[in-house]
Amino acid sequence: MALVPSDGPGGASLAAGQHVAAPATLPPHAALAGGAEGPGTGRLAHMARRGGPRATGTLRKGEGLFGWLFISPALVILVLFVVLPIFLALYVSFTNWSGLTPPLSSSVKLVGLANYRTLLTQPGIYQSNFAESIRNVFYYVLFTVPLQTVGALGLAVLVNNKFLKARAFFRGAFYLPSVTSSIAVTVIFMYLFQGAGVVNSILHVFGWQQTPNWVYDQRGLFTLILSALGINNPGWGNHLVMGLPAWQWLAGPSLGMCVMIIMVSWTTAGTFMLFFLAALQQINEDLDEATEIDGATSWQKFRRVTVPLLRPTLVLVVTLGFISTWQVFDQSYLLGPANPTSITPAYFAYQVSFQDSAFGMGAAVAFLLFALIVVLTLLQRKFVKEDLTK
Amino acid sequence: MSARSYSPPYRRALGYAGLILMAAIFIFPFVFSVANSFKSDAQATNDAINLVPHPASLAAWRQIFGYGPAAATTNFPLWLFNSVFLSVCITVGRVFLDSLAGYSLARLRFRGRKLIFGFIIGTLAVPSVVLMIPTFLILKQFGIFNSYEAMILPMLVDVTGIFLMRQFFLQVPDALEEAGRVDGANIWQIYWRLILPVVRPGLVALTIISFQASWNQFMFYLVATVSPKYFTLVTGLANIVGGGLSAGNQYPLKLGASVLTILPMVIMFVVLQRYFVRGGTAGSVKG
Repeated sequence: MALVPSDGPGGASLAAGQHVAAPATLPPHAALAGGAEGPGTGRLAHMARRGGPRATGTLRKGEGLFGWLFISPALVILVLFVVLPIFLALYVSFTNWSGLTPPLSSSVKLVGLANYRTLLTQPGIYQSNFAESIRNVFYYVLFTVPLQTVGALGLAVLVNNKFLKARAFFRGAFYLPSVTSSIAVTVIFMYLFQGAGVVNSILHVFGWQQTPNWVYDQRGLFTLILSALGINNPGWGNHLVMGLPAWQWLAGPSLGMCVMIIMVSWTTAGTFMLFFLAALQQINEDLDEATEIDGATSWQKFRRVTVPLLRPTLVLVVTLGFISTWQVFDQSYLLGPANPTSITPAYFAYQVSFQDSAFGMGAAVAFLLFALIVVLTLLQRKFVKEDLTK
Repeated sequence: MSARSYSPPYRRALGYAGLILMAAIFIFPFVFSVANSFKSDAQATNDAINLVPHPASLAAWRQIFGYGPAAATTNFPLWLFNSVFLSVCITVGRVFLDSLAGYSLARLRFRGRKLIFGFIIGTLAVPSVVLMIPTFLILKQFGIFNSYEAMILPMLVDVTGIFLMRQFFLQVPDALEEAGRVDGANIWQIYWRLILPVVRPGLVALTIISFQASWNQFMFYLVATVSPKYFTLVTGLANIVGGGLSAGNQYPLKLGASVLTILPMVIMFVVLQRYFVRGGTAGSVKG
């Protein structure tokens, strides 16, 4: 199981564009300079070894007391700010809480499944907005994960070229966006992609005059491509699925969402590059040379030797990518108000809660998102496992 | 020299071209931000691509540093103070509590440890975005919503940090603890005087990760407070971009504020790069 650093209370989080911690092995410095006597050597080793089967049954003096003493502050915080909130929110998702009183006060009414019904089955603005947020995040994930993975791999291969100088500088440059605030990066990209902004100016130079106003543009990428090919909404496209026309479901990411996809891939590619770099450096150089002697071209070598060896890292990066992209919130907080096609479920939950004061419904959105993440993570694991045994 | 260290000049040129092109893509957004923060609003809106502000305008930066016609919605000195204050509190808390918990899980045997270990792993399954609304609820229920406590307490422990430290403690040779025990030190003394100094690389990595996470934190600060007096650079910036400004695009101000938000992290990154890179590939376990 791979762990992701949390930027919030307790739980694993990975706001897109935030720091990622890698799994697997500790860096070399973790093999601490503790003298020649490593674990498992010396006369005391048999009674002090940990991790393996316990050698002795007797507890050392005070171990139980200190064990609990050391762990309890962390435990208390996790119970108070992860476990308790989850159960409280589950309760609130069945109420009409408005956010004004404490959630357990007597004025809060139980409404059963009404919030969930409003979101899922009852035609109306909430149902169609929720459906749209799901559509948005679906395309966002679908495009961002491959883009950031391929980008990270490409950067790693570039930086790993041993015959090039100043590689540390370039590695630093690529990693730089990973340490910056997602909000600040979003502000910068909103500026780069504004109507008369840097991106459009560059596109003008390349002869594209009809540049869109990216951040505000709600047209879907697939719709644009199809209509360029002369294919427009056939009649069945108006059929409503969860309150959203079928043609809308199939529209692809909007141009506004494309900005978010490009931005997040730009931010996270450098983070994931580190994973691939670490793996590339571990790939056996002998193996490398053997293929060279066999007369393989560098592309063949990359395709046949390097990529298969990178497989575990690839799976990890894709998994971490999925975990983080479903949760995207910060970027949507700034882009969503300008463009409904940039609203993700996380931001929708915030909107419903804090702008409409429908916290019961907001909590319900949070749990539906939770369920979606769980189901899709399980599906992805199954898919990847099958793929691996092929 | 082995055969593989030779590469034809065209490959070398191609490699450099790729690196430089990518470096431009990664660095230029920052360069454009800095350049345009020194322009007037009209210039920044209409002539974004020009990297040399002509004439240069300090209006945005004057406002950021509290001079000139400051809008009531911007108070950068306060935001800067809040960012530093919260990041320091959270970082100190995390480093202290995460390593205590990590040590307990790695080296101390006590009844219920397995259960606790499982429980802590379990909390990782909860995506942080799912905790957004629940965190607001619990802060309301405890009556500490809209306070520094509300911003600090939920962030004070992070599970990744616990596992990071646990990994480091697992590598410490047992002889060190035994030596302390022979000297008659109790477990706290052994931990504090003997073990912690040895895991300094872990503490440094955890410090960096924690500081970065709290400095860049947005979502949980957003739902923990409502008063502008609790704005950090990040939440304050989000507020002015989200319409907190009275008039115009005010791009130079927004870009300047972004640069100011990013700058401390960039400086920290440049100075401590090797720790960042290590921290970036350190923080976890197989399970």
